Amino acid sequence: MASAEEASRPFAGLSDVSISEEIPVEGDIAVPVGPSTRDDEFSTLDEPVKETIVRDLRAVGNKFIHVLYPKRSSALLRDWDLWGPLLLCVTLALLLQGGAADSDDQGGPQFAEVFVIIWFGSIVITLNSKLLGGTISFFQSLCVLGYCIMPLTVALIVCRIVLLSVSGKVSFAVRLGVVIASFGWSTFASTAFLADSQLTNRKALVVYPVFLFYFVIGWMILTFSPGN
Amino acid sequence: MASKNDPFQFQEFEEAGNLLESNRDAVTISIEDEDLKSKRQRSAVGFAQDVGDEEPLINEDREELLSGQKKNAPFWTFEYYQKFFDIETHHVKERILGSLMPWPGKNFIQVHLRKNPDLYGPFWICTTLVFAIAISGNLSTFLRYFGNSNYKYTAEFGKVSIAATAIFSYAWLVPLGLWGLLLWRSNKILNLVSYSFMEIVCVYGYSLAVYIPAVVLWIPHVEWLRWLSIVVALCLSSSVLVMTFWPALRDDHPKVIIATVVGIVLLNGLLAVGCKMYFFNEPKLGPLHVSPPEAKTNRTSS
Repeated sequence: MASAEEASRPFAGLSDVSISEEIPVEGDIAVPVGPSTRDDEFSTLDEPVKETIVRDLRAVGNKFIHVLYPKRSSALLRDWDLWGPLLLCVTLALLLQGGAADSDDQGGPQFAEVFVIIWFGSIVITLNSKLLGGTISFFQSLCVLGYCIMPLTVALIVCRIVLLSVSGKVSFAVRLGVVIASFGWSTFASTAFLADSQLTNRKALVVYPVFLFYFVIGWMILTFSPGN
Repeated sequence: MASKNDPFQFQEFEEAGNLLESNRDAVTISIEDEDLKSKRQRSAVGFAQDVGDEEPLINEDREELLSGQKKNAPFWTFEYYQKFFDIETHHVKERILGSLMPWPGKNFIQVHLRKNPDLYGPFWICTTLVFAIAISGNLSTFLRYFGNSNYKYTAEFGKVSIAATAIFSYAWLVPLGLWGLLLWRSNKILNLVSYSFMEIVCVYGYSLAVYIPAVVLWIPHVEWLRWLSIVVALCLSSSVLVMTFWPALRDDHPKVIIATVVGIVLLNGLLAVGCKMYFFNEPKLGPLHVSPPEAKTNRTSS
């Protein structure tokens, strides 16, 4: 009976092995825990700062290229970041600054006004899209709307250069053409990303606010007149 | 075996009817119960109604029972507001067209809203109107001084915020006042046509849609065209509003009816004329009047 019991127990055979008392039993029972290889690959805490910044800049530049050639790629949506929109918004607001009658109350838009219009406008459009049942997330939509301001920023730079050199009706015609082209480009680029996330019978409801948003920004760019 | 335990007895309909009467938000949906309920309600109220009122009553009952499921989310959640965006592109188009072309007898709320008020239309129409007014005012000032070399073009950006305040407060405070008025009168007069606050906001928002083309017509400096467009827009917009609120008011005391209708039209007109006066003011033709800081910069530049 005892042997049956012993046989049924695991490691039954080892009960015969005994260690004599003279031999000291010692050893290291600590299990060596090295860094797991998965974490090691993604841990960016130890890399030099230059590498981090260059990687972020490369991501931002990549997205700029995606706006220039708006194909149906999902790179802008997957890895959203708000650096690009912030950069573009600040550039736009600064460039709209040196306007005529800057010291007047009713002059060109102040820095804060441009900032508020862009960010508040983007938030309202995103909320509108989500309330209409869109599948895009809040920050993804902010990212897309911010990046698609890039053509309008380029148009503002071109307008300022044109205003420095030419003046009069020719300058106005050139500026009008450039602003209309970039406004169309912005709207087209952002709807290429945003409209896919909506139902077919609500696409126009989502696209119209985007159209209005870029129209107002284009208007601010077109009516910019430099001071002395 | 006993008749009391027979599951096919028809007592159940009576019980369900009583349950529905006591708890109006019950989610049960059955056509026979609704007819029973509406019949009971009409008999309880006691007075005979004309045939024209019966149709909207039955529709309102049915849709209130069917839409009982919609009202569950509390007002601080996202889902509560999502139910006000439950529309499609063609709905918005129909509603805008319905506000541009009012037809006598076609109540905007009953014909177009059908118990589905939306916040998309009012909000975006008001926003578009704000920017349309600011941009048109800017354009018209620019065109006024076009050949004049003394004039330095400014964007007059501060006017956008003023326009926004005026239009959004009209679109929200006036419906609030009107809703309060209707609520107060419905306590005194047994009135079965009642509008919810969102429906009134919706009507006011869509009634502003006719001003967007009117504002664009104000750009050229042709006085008679401006006044003509104001009058036409005012007539269309006010007639939409008056025809919508007429069924809610017509059983009331005549003085209240007249006061309310006049109030609606007057506030509408005040908004239109006020916008025209402020954003499109006309200085007299003659030597250009420049404000002192501009004059200083002009002198230093030349």
